[in-house]
Amino acid sequence: MPEGSLQDLRLVGLTKRFGAMTAVDDIELTIPSGSFFALLGPSGCGKTTTLRMVAGLEEPTTGAILIGDQDISRHKPYKRPVNTVFQNYALFPHLDVFENVAFGLRRRGVRNVKQQVDEMLDLVELSGFGPRKPAQLSGGQQQRVALARALINRPQVLLLDEPLGALDLKLRRQMQLELKRIQVEVGLTFVHVTHDQEEAMTMADCIAVMNAGHIEQLGSPTDLYDNPSTVFVANFLGQSNLVRAQVTGTDSDNLLLNVQGNRVVVPRARSRAEGTEVLLGVRPEKLHLAPASADATPAANTFTGTVLDTSFIGVSTQYVVRTAWGQEVTAFAQNDGRAALVPPGADVVLSWHPEHGFCLDASEDLTAGVVIDDEADVRPTAGART
Amino acid sequence: MATAVAAASSRVAKPPVKRPAGEAAWRWLREHLVVIYAALALLYMFLPIFVVVMFSFNNPAGRYNFTWQGFTTKNWTNVCGVPGMCSAVTLSLKIGVLSTILATLFGTLIAFAIVRHRFYGRTATNMLIFLPMATPEVVMGSSLLALFINMNVSLGFTTILVAHILFNISFVVVTVKARLQGLDPRLEQAAMDLYANEWQTFRRITLPLVFPGILAAALLAFSLSFDDFIITNFNAGSQTVTFPMFVWGAAQRGIPAQINVIGTLMFTIALVVTLAVTLAGRRRAHR
Amino acid sequence: MTAAPTARIASPTGPASVVRRKRGRFLPYWLLLPGLAWLIIFFVVPMVTLLTTSLQTGDPFNGYSLTWHWANYSDALRTYHAQLIRSFEYAAIATVAALLIAYPLAYAIAFKAGRWKNVLLVLVVAPFFTSFLVRTLAWETILSDNGFVVRVLRDVGLLGANGRLLATPVAVVCGLTYNFLPFMTLPLYASLEKIDPRLVHAANDLYANSFTAFWKVTWPMSMPGVVGGTLLTFIPAAGDFVNVQFLGAPQQQMIGNVIQSRFLVASDYPVASSLSVMLMFLILVLVVVYIRRAGTEELV
Repeated sequence: MPEGSLQDLRLVGLTKRFGAMTAVDDIELTIPSGSFFALLGPSGCGKTTTLRMVAGLEEPTTGAILIGDQDISRHKPYKRPVNTVFQNYALFPHLDVFENVAFGLRRRGVRNVKQQVDEMLDLVELSGFGPRKPAQLSGGQQQRVALARALINRPQVLLLDEPLGALDLKLRRQMQLELKRIQVEVGLTFVHVTHDQEEAMTMADCIAVMNAGHIEQLGSPTDLYDNPSTVFVANFLGQSNLVRAQVTGTDSDNLLLNVQGNRVVVPRARSRAEGTEVLLGVRPEKLHLAPASADATPAANTFTGTVLDTSFIGVSTQYVVRTAWGQEVTAFAQNDGRAALVPPGADVVLSWHPEHGFCLDASEDLTAGVVIDDEADVRPTAGART
Repeated sequence: MATAVAAASSRVAKPPVKRPAGEAAWRWLREHLVVIYAALALLYMFLPIFVVVMFSFNNPAGRYNFTWQGFTTKNWTNVCGVPGMCSAVTLSLKIGVLSTILATLFGTLIAFAIVRHRFYGRTATNMLIFLPMATPEVVMGSSLLALFINMNVSLGFTTILVAHILFNISFVVVTVKARLQGLDPRLEQAAMDLYANEWQTFRRITLPLVFPGILAAALLAFSLSFDDFIITNFNAGSQTVTFPMFVWGAAQRGIPAQINVIGTLMFTIALVVTLAVTLAGRRRAHR
Repeated sequence: MTAAPTARIASPTGPASVVRRKRGRFLPYWLLLPGLAWLIIFFVVPMVTLLTTSLQTGDPFNGYSLTWHWANYSDALRTYHAQLIRSFEYAAIATVAALLIAYPLAYAIAFKAGRWKNVLLVLVVAPFFTSFLVRTLAWETILSDNGFVVRVLRDVGLLGANGRLLATPVAVVCGLTYNFLPFMTLPLYASLEKIDPRLVHAANDLYANSFTAFWKVTWPMSMPGVVGGTLLTFIPAAGDFVNVQFLGAPQQQMIGNVIQSRFLVASDYPVASSLSVMLMFLILVLVVVYIRRAGTEELV
């Protein structure tokens, strides 16, 4: 029972191969104690395999899993100070809610479980549900029971495997806030596996974006969003406009770029690229769109183009603009009432502050990490795992 | 284009034609045909049961109980009055219980091995489970008899028991296997994650969840054993008489109405037990 | 979906992957040991014994010995081919009749019974809790010469004034059809129950009338049940001798009757064994061909 001091979770050179397929490829990661940590990535990226290795449900091919200084990577699942909230919850159907929650305590020989179980049911706002069977609960309630069942053991690390995947959108939003509240309240380390970037950004203090078995980038949600280091991260977390550019020179703090004849400035600190070929990235909401007749702020970077499509979404309007050299870029404009809707066919000027651009390595595939379809719609299958 | 739309809408707008009563009746019949047919089929299935129950109250004139002579309860008050019948029933019960216990044990172990493990010879094992079910009873019975004759084994209680365990194993495997395959592996993983070791996981999670399958398998095995005649007939010898063998012998010599009493009792007990289990299961699911 | 590699990792799920590593490779064999040993000693070995017995010569008084006398087979065929063919005929007719009775019944339970499904299933099986022989005796009562059924059939002229049902092929096939009905109904129900009724609605939506929807959607999807049910009915029916004994006459004897009396009455073990072997062989060939043709190989 890890009451006392919480310790960091460390993954050292963690690798898992299934036959010829490498699911998890030499991961190095330290998850600070007490943090809400998210492993984010598309299906098949190895995040669930990583989680299962930490839980003890999968044996690493090589590498170590440490809690504090103790290597637990070869321990049985029931010998680890780690508990899991399973995808689709895996509540024991033949036991009532009380016994589900008390299960871990009883297995460890705790005699008087009633008070602890009641407190835990209080925490997840399910007081009085003790005598019910899991089949009599709604999806959201089952989710809370699964959480209580794991939390009651006060594990060093709580693993959450797509915990909200089976809930509908509205309930998912509500549970995101709820999970965050509970994590702050109990102060345990939460490791949360998800394919939903919004979910990860809402809840986590720190996110590791995974792709093809390795970690693409590690950082806080704002850091990852504002300063992506790879094309995959730029595309998987939110959207990015990426255009090819040549480095023409530098001044004290900035890189000077040439994009199809347009002169563009990017702070040197925001460039991850080497050489003269780079990819320039700008988030769509950072682009300011104005009719071509209006004067652009001279200090800003600018492109000119023609509006191809105008989609009114309510809070914002989404424009697709074809630039002078024929590339399509996306811009979001807040509907704050200060600017009129620009109709398709209009010539516009796109401008952005130099602080909002970033540079990436030009050798990368431009479409890496592009989310074409919302995975949530195809995912609630029992067998599919990432 | 516009005219086509107009035409379509005018067709929709036409008032519905009033149907004659005959057509309505025909429609009703067509919709309920399957249900009516099913009800008739069910009636057909119960027809012999009515006869069995009715003739258990018959007061037969001669040695055969084929025509209705008059009502009596003496067959019920004097069930064991027929020499040899009640001992045959007792023997069938005994063999039924013993073969059920052993076949359920063996079959459940095999089902666990097949569902939970990948091992060399798995396909052959599946084949060996399937074959006895595809074997006609005369073949199975006569082959066992051929073995017993060649080994000079004397026929009796033990040989019957051997045969009953044999034909029950496959049915147990199939029944338990189905239940085990439907078990979500994550439940056991969750138990292990919650500090249950292998034995505790089996005892607290796997066994309770698979138990309905094992119970169903045991009930099936018992009823197959209690009712088996053909295989038993080959391997019983002349001294050991189970209830079905008693009926067979009686059919040649004269059929006492008490046989119908036993038949009625079997039917009633089995029906009450299974209905109780089913309704209890439904109540649990709906609560 | 993403442009990143989305190949699903075929992680071996199931607690086996966790459990196996400690419990050792031999566990499955320990689990299999008692049951498989039983099946091998009392099923496989007897089959071999049956085969060798079928090649013996001798007589009941001085005993039999193995002489590789293959002529037992031709002798048995010459004498009993009529019974063998009749067994397959009767079994085939009974199987088709059982399918016709059971399919609508299983269909109604699967799609129309609602919350009464389980109760109805119990009712379908319940009649078969009475002893097989007692049931067949009840049919003897129902079909007897002065019973209700024969009287009605005589009155409407379907039977002559002295016509009877007992001791005719009709009675035997009736008995076979009835006695194995649950083996037909339950597999049919099991596969019908899995069909999503929305598929039929989708077919209706796509311009299929009720009949076409049934023929193109429901029937093919219930094929595993049809194959399983017909096999489970045909096999015991082909080997049965009780129905002939109670409901038929010597002219309707099936191969089961011959094997039974050759073995237990005449003690003519070699011929009886050769008939058993032939029956088993024919059934196996039939099963394999039938399953191949029907294209459902995951029966058990």
